[in-house]
Amino acid sequence: MNYHWNWDIFWELSPDGVHTYFQTLMLGTAWTLITAACAWIIAFASGSIVGVVRTTPYAIAVRLGDVYVELFRNVPLLVQMFLWYFVFPEVVPHAFGTWLKQLPNGSFYTAVVALGLYMSARVAEQVRAGILSLPRGQRQAALALGLTLPQTYAYVLLPMTYRIIMPPLTSELLNTIKNSAVALTIGLMELTARARAMQEFSFQVFEAFTAATIIYIIINIVVTFAMRLLERRIAAPGYLGFRAPAAGH
Amino acid sequence: MITIDAISKWYGPTQVLRDCSAAVAKGEVVVVCGPSGSGKSTLIKCVNGLEPFQKGRIDVDGISVGDPKTDLPKLRARIGMVFQHFELFPHLSVLRNLTLPQIKVLGRNPDAARDKAVSLLDRVGLRVHAEKFPGQLSGGQQQRVAIARALAMDPIAMLFDEPTSALDPEMIQEVLDVMVGLAKDGMTMIVVTHEMSFARKVANRVAFMDKGEIVEDAPTADFFGKPRSERAQLFLSKILQH
Amino acid sequence: MFVNFDFDVIWRSLPYLFYRGMTFTLLLTALATAGGIVIGTLLALMRLSGTTALTVAAAAYVNLMRSVPFVLMIFWFYFLVPYIGQWVTRSAQPIQVGAFASCLITFTLFEAAFFCEIMRAGIQSISRGQVAAAQALGMTYPTVMGYIVLPQAFRNMVPVLLTQTIILFQDTSLVYVISVTDFLGAASKVAERDGRLVEMYTFAAAVYFIISLVASRAVAHLQRRVAIIR
Repeated sequence: MNYHWNWDIFWELSPDGVHTYFQTLMLGTAWTLITAACAWIIAFASGSIVGVVRTTPYAIAVRLGDVYVELFRNVPLLVQMFLWYFVFPEVVPHAFGTWLKQLPNGSFYTAVVALGLYMSARVAEQVRAGILSLPRGQRQAALALGLTLPQTYAYVLLPMTYRIIMPPLTSELLNTIKNSAVALTIGLMELTARARAMQEFSFQVFEAFTAATIIYIIINIVVTFAMRLLERRIAAPGYLGFRAPAAGH
Repeated sequence: MITIDAISKWYGPTQVLRDCSAAVAKGEVVVVCGPSGSGKSTLIKCVNGLEPFQKGRIDVDGISVGDPKTDLPKLRARIGMVFQHFELFPHLSVLRNLTLPQIKVLGRNPDAARDKAVSLLDRVGLRVHAEKFPGQLSGGQQQRVAIARALAMDPIAMLFDEPTSALDPEMIQEVLDVMVGLAKDGMTMIVVTHEMSFARKVANRVAFMDKGEIVEDAPTADFFGKPRSERAQLFLSKILQH
Repeated sequence: MFVNFDFDVIWRSLPYLFYRGMTFTLLLTALATAGGIVIGTLLALMRLSGTTALTVAAAAYVNLMRSVPFVLMIFWFYFLVPYIGQWVTRSAQPIQVGAFASCLITFTLFEAAFFCEIMRAGIQSISRGQVAAAQALGMTYPTVMGYIVLPQAFRNMVPVLLTQTIILFQDTSLVYVISVTDFLGAASKVAERDGRLVEMYTFAAAVYFIISLVASRAVAHLQRRVAIIR
């Protein structure tokens, strides 16, 4: 191989004139984590609501929930990013659209919304599967005790559901972090974008990508470990974890 | 034909077989019985090397099963085995269940394999079901197919691992009838079973196992006449009540 | 608003979008699925081989692919494949690989990790008794796997494999990051040339949506049928 390795590149100054390449990668890591965290809040909240709605006895609500999931699940994330970034500001009232386009850090807000809604469809699927995996008697017992339907969900069904779906939720959280890299297409300078920029300016392709790869692996290990701890903390005695079907990333 | 010499086996720290010895001559039928968890199934699976063992020696037709140099697939092809849960291959038709091993293992040509399969299905009374899939047959029918599948390999001996214990009561007899026929034809058989009527009718010897040991190994008449061990007596009194 | 929506730009570029773009997308999806299933199955057999070196190597590969964003992997392979080609062919210079070949290698190797996990679950879903019965008939490892275990594992996993294929189909849009003309790439080129981003991206989204929805409905239908047969 006639590739010229230079691992010291990380300590050299990047074209921004302020940060070393190592520091730019760290900034990218921060953006990756912040974007993923904000998107996860949206994904978890709206995914939970939609997941719950799809298990209620109200046919119309169930149907709307189904449409929501199909809509966000069947369009590639990259295309959804483009829709929010390029199309959305054009189809809303003009003044609002202009305000949106001039928003500082616009690509960050777009990425959070697009990624959050995209992932919420997957979270909704997990929440729904988790609720349906509970014995039917649980719901009936709660209602028979005189709890209202919202109370039944809040105190009986959901606490157990979240415990059961911890492992698949962990993979969805990891997917959220990984998928945030797609936001580089709308200009978000997250980790992969920084590695790409470093490659373009320094020509040290493999050093840049190796560093990014290692950072992603570390994030993965830390998140997995933290979620395992949480899983064990909240585990209900006598119940084993539940594995969802294997497709996805 | 089959000699089992002081076999011991452990799963981790738990010993599941203790110093088991037995010999089965050509044409002999030996029934192995005993309470569940006594190691009967494990022992019979050691005979064709499906379960490894740590101590002792098993020879089948002069070939050592435990020897790492032994070509186990080749040896297994000569010993038929019938399982508790039939283990027909659900993705293959009944006929294909019988022909595939003949073609892939013995290298028979497809026509010869097919003829053999059809005649054996005829023998177990299931020729009309040749094109069906295992899932479309009753348990008793599946087990008869499984016996035919094993016979298609022209085995020198047959091993039966509780062949009727997963069957509904009304289907047990049809399977036992096939096995009795085999025994009368002079097949060498080791049969793990609780069907004492079968043992009385065709077994030359009955071995009783408990806690991984062969507690008793006696000619059939002696075993049912006066089992010497207390454990065998207790077992028999329980099993013969119904 | 949609008053200025220009249907004509879509109409004019249909041949380009589909003959050029969608052909690339569908061909990439089909070939990467086929290749990914083959390599994924081999990886699954390695993971289940019981030989420590093979198990660790396959597990490390799968976990690496699953920990890193696909976009980063696309960049990796985009720059790495020429060097691998150079190494394989012992040439003096990095080999220039065409865009399609580069994408195909990337997607096959990346998706292989996901197909591996699906096939592994499929193989593990086959009972020990089936293996024992096949061995008792004298079958060797390749025969047991090739004729007894893998056909059943594959059949059981068809719905999951197809679902993964739909995901792969959507993922092909990511080749946008290396400026390849797949369906989205074609739409994007027209969008920028004619300044019609709203029309082209909305249309692209609709096309992806319809294909994925129809395909996933078909898989769900198949799954119900398989469930009845079993």
